[in-house]
Amino acid sequence: MSPKLRPDLAIIAALIAPKARVLDIGCGDGDLLQWLRDYQRVDGRGIEINQELVYRAIARGIPVIQGDVVSDLQHYPDQSYDFVVLSQTLQTMSDPKRVLEELVRIGKQAIVSVPNFGHWKNRLQLLVRGKMPVTRTLSYEWYDTPNIHFCTITDFVILAERLGITIEDRVVVNANGEKTRFTGHGFKANLFGQQGVFLLSKK
Amino acid sequence: MKFSAPYSTKLDFGPAARAVEVGHVMDITPDAPFRFDCGAQMDAISVAYQTYGTLNAAKSNAIILCHGLTGDQYLAGRHPVTGKAGWWEDLVGPGNVFDTDKYFLIVSNVLGGCMGSSGPKSINPATGHVYGLDFPIITIADMVRAQALLCDALGIGQLFAVIGGSMGGMLALEWARRYPERVFACAPVCTAARHSAQNIAFHEIGRQAVMADPAFMGGRYIDSGTFPAKGLSVARMTAHVTYLSEAALQQKFGRRLQDKQAVGFGFEVDFQVESYLHHQGTTFVERFDPNSYLYITRAMDYFDLEAEAGGSLTTIFRDTPTRFCVVSFSSDWLFPTSESRYIVRALNAAAANVSFTEVITDKGHDAFLLDVPAFHATLRGFLNGAATARGLV
Repeated sequence: MSPKLRPDLAIIAALIAPKARVLDIGCGDGDLLQWLRDYQRVDGRGIEINQELVYRAIARGIPVIQGDVVSDLQHYPDQSYDFVVLSQTLQTMSDPKRVLEELVRIGKQAIVSVPNFGHWKNRLQLLVRGKMPVTRTLSYEWYDTPNIHFCTITDFVILAERLGITIEDRVVVNANGEKTRFTGHGFKANLFGQQGVFLLSKK
Repeated sequence: MKFSAPYSTKLDFGPAARAVEVGHVMDITPDAPFRFDCGAQMDAISVAYQTYGTLNAAKSNAIILCHGLTGDQYLAGRHPVTGKAGWWEDLVGPGNVFDTDKYFLIVSNVLGGCMGSSGPKSINPATGHVYGLDFPIITIADMVRAQALLCDALGIGQLFAVIGGSMGGMLALEWARRYPERVFACAPVCTAARHSAQNIAFHEIGRQAVMADPAFMGGRYIDSGTFPAKGLSVARMTAHVTYLSEAALQQKFGRRLQDKQAVGFGFEVDFQVESYLHHQGTTFVERFDPNSYLYITRAMDYFDLEAEAGGSLTTIFRDTPTRFCVVSFSSDWLFPTSESRYIVRALNAAAANVSFTEVITDKGHDAFLLDVPAFHATLRGFLNGAATARGLV
């Protein structure tokens, strides 16, 4: 693998085939897309809501549209991308269910990563202290968090099943950045994983 | 195709018919007569233009910059009529957004303009008099075809980029539609794929003001030795308000009075904003031709890319090889962000390579001509990215 990609993005990048067409939603200033372009010859596009990040991405030669996922995704044609990526963002959306459906409509495959609210530390904090968990990876107080729709790994799997979305690959990442594949609802994964990464498709 | 060597010519400007020398006019005689969309044709047309920077050996670094309604070919440097700096002066030069060490910039006065290109101020060879309203009605597509002829004459096949704001953005879109293989990158800024009802309405007010001036003389004011300065001035005052934002006007002028302590209980200038608009009007008539104002506003009114191409924007741009960067300004109510988004969504649906940003500013439509760093950073970034992809370094 080539240099300088954030660990969580590297896990996503590893799922993407060379020369694929990729739409990265919430692409920031284009780190993942630039890496994919430079090392995998990927034809990538991004959507980002923050203006500063948009023109930093454009300055790197990454095509990025400043926009809002909820209002913009509906204008993308069916199956127009090989991969649609949504990294660490689903839990901030007002209608995550609809967004998930849009992802697998627009992309032949979708890659979604979510922080796992079911991690044992979160469970313990709530159980012992009776307070909403604040950890290194989920560092917000309940009143200022952008995360309005938290889920656990198991919750995510159940929603995907309910929406008829196929999970082609499911991985959790623990505190040491180690990846583990899991199956089913992932009882253990849900306890020890800090982050879930899912490869989805509408089959 | 035949074309003349570039020459300079003396043109008259303003009510006093002040003669000013305008450089770089080329007479172009295409193989077949130049056909206007309205059906009229001419054997030859004149195109006035300026260039900045140097064309590289591969002829791959040319950028066409398309001016707005009342702009012209003087992108940078001293304007021969106004004595002021060019309209994108601050963006042009070595190391700048439009890096003259890297790019060859071409700016031509649009067909129908009054700075040396064929237009209502030109002499009609059939009569020996200025055309006036006998000049054919022009469209944005006519303007673009004239620019393409200029590129042919300069030996340039593919342009590295076509960039323009406002009406210039319409030209940029038309370029990308008409000559997709000739446009590597395209940046339509604060523009629309069709002119809105509101914008047609404002243009009509302007035209009616010009034509209501008794000195207009049915467009024959030059032959009559008159000049509809009042009408053109009112047209400019109205238009100028549409280029600003409510917030910018309020901030700049508020209710402040002009050189007085109290209102004058009359209809002389009381407020600073009135004085400012009068100034805009009176300086404008010194440099712009009233008939050109009618023709060019009409060309914008007629612009509707979808109607012209007989299909949706998505169909028009399907499989386009051009990469786009669309920019809008948050306080622009003349070409609001919704117009840019309409273009962006269509380009997306066409799977085009497109970037888009809405720059937050209170400077209104005029922001594209003003010092707005986020806009300049976006343009610079887009051009740098495209230059890398094109192999220009």
